[in-house]
Amino acid sequence: MTSTRKALWQGFIAVSPFLLVVAPFAILFGVVATEAGLDLVQIMGFSLFVVAGAAQFVALQLAGENAPLAIILLTSLAVNLRLVMYSAAIAPYLQGTTLWQRLLIAYSLTDQSFAVTVADAERHPRTLSNRLAFYTGSAVPLLMIWYGFTLVGAVAGSAIPPSFALDFALPISFIALLAPSLRSLPHVAACSASVAVSLMLTFMPYGTGVLVAAVIAMIVGSQTEVWLKRRARA
Amino acid sequence: MNTAEIWIIIIGLGIGTFLLRYSFLAREVAFPEWARRLLRYTSVAVLPGLVAPMVLWPEATGGAVDPARLGAAAVTVAAGIWARSTFIAILAGGVTFYTLLWAL
Repeated sequence: MTSTRKALWQGFIAVSPFLLVVAPFAILFGVVATEAGLDLVQIMGFSLFVVAGAAQFVALQLAGENAPLAIILLTSLAVNLRLVMYSAAIAPYLQGTTLWQRLLIAYSLTDQSFAVTVADAERHPRTLSNRLAFYTGSAVPLLMIWYGFTLVGAVAGSAIPPSFALDFALPISFIALLAPSLRSLPHVAACSASVAVSLMLTFMPYGTGVLVAAVIAMIVGSQTEVWLKRRARA
Repeated sequence: MNTAEIWIIIIGLGIGTFLLRYSFLAREVAFPEWARRLLRYTSVAVLPGLVAPMVLWPEATGGAVDPARLGAAAVTVAAGIWARSTFIAILAGGVTFYTLLWAL
């Protein structure tokens, strides 16, 4: 096996546990979008153009509440702000890539591919082409699962009866996405602030209260981190 | 939502998300530590605020507090923290939800 092929394979192995989580999430998106009245082309358009599950769900949810377009876009993009951080964190490992390579990496950069690629980069020195092979090995299967199972959900969606109470699959997925991070105090603080402020501001129209809650919670999280560091030093 | 509006959302969200991902790949820029620190908390700042009303006052029950949904949410949080795994948290929350729906 050439070293490039080996790196490609290692990327796939690293991302494979996440494929098991992404598949049901994608099915759920297809199902929920079908129930929201989107047609097959629109549903696939979402998963092909946006490639960001949480933001796609948020957009659907707010569209269902007939929120104004600007609010829908703003809130779903707020969910995706974390991608800026990923972009900044992965860039140093991709120096020397061509424009096309960077465009493709940007398009396919997900929580999972980012996490496994940066974790690998911190531990193993690799040549640029092997680094790219590792990334490709993690990103391409993830995209295929995302597209494929969105399609499965969209096709199967109308066959699922309302007694399955699929409405709650979305909150469960979001909670499950975050819960593992709640072992750190700043995350717990940010999470609590987000819940408290959002519940206080439910009177604000179209989920705009959530945006206010998010800004406050980000400040609470980062300030708690600063406070913890100061205390550790003292 | 009409067809045109849905496509505006898809394309707008697609372009916006791409630009967020491409931002620091476009060229190497120094990233201040305070901004890095704020961005670390974006997911945990947005998603809980979004989910909390769905858990407390679900649309499916006409906004009435529902023990099955509350219980399932609590188990999902606990399982996620304990197992450090999204997959196990979803599984535990789903099993709890359907068990409570069936039992209550």
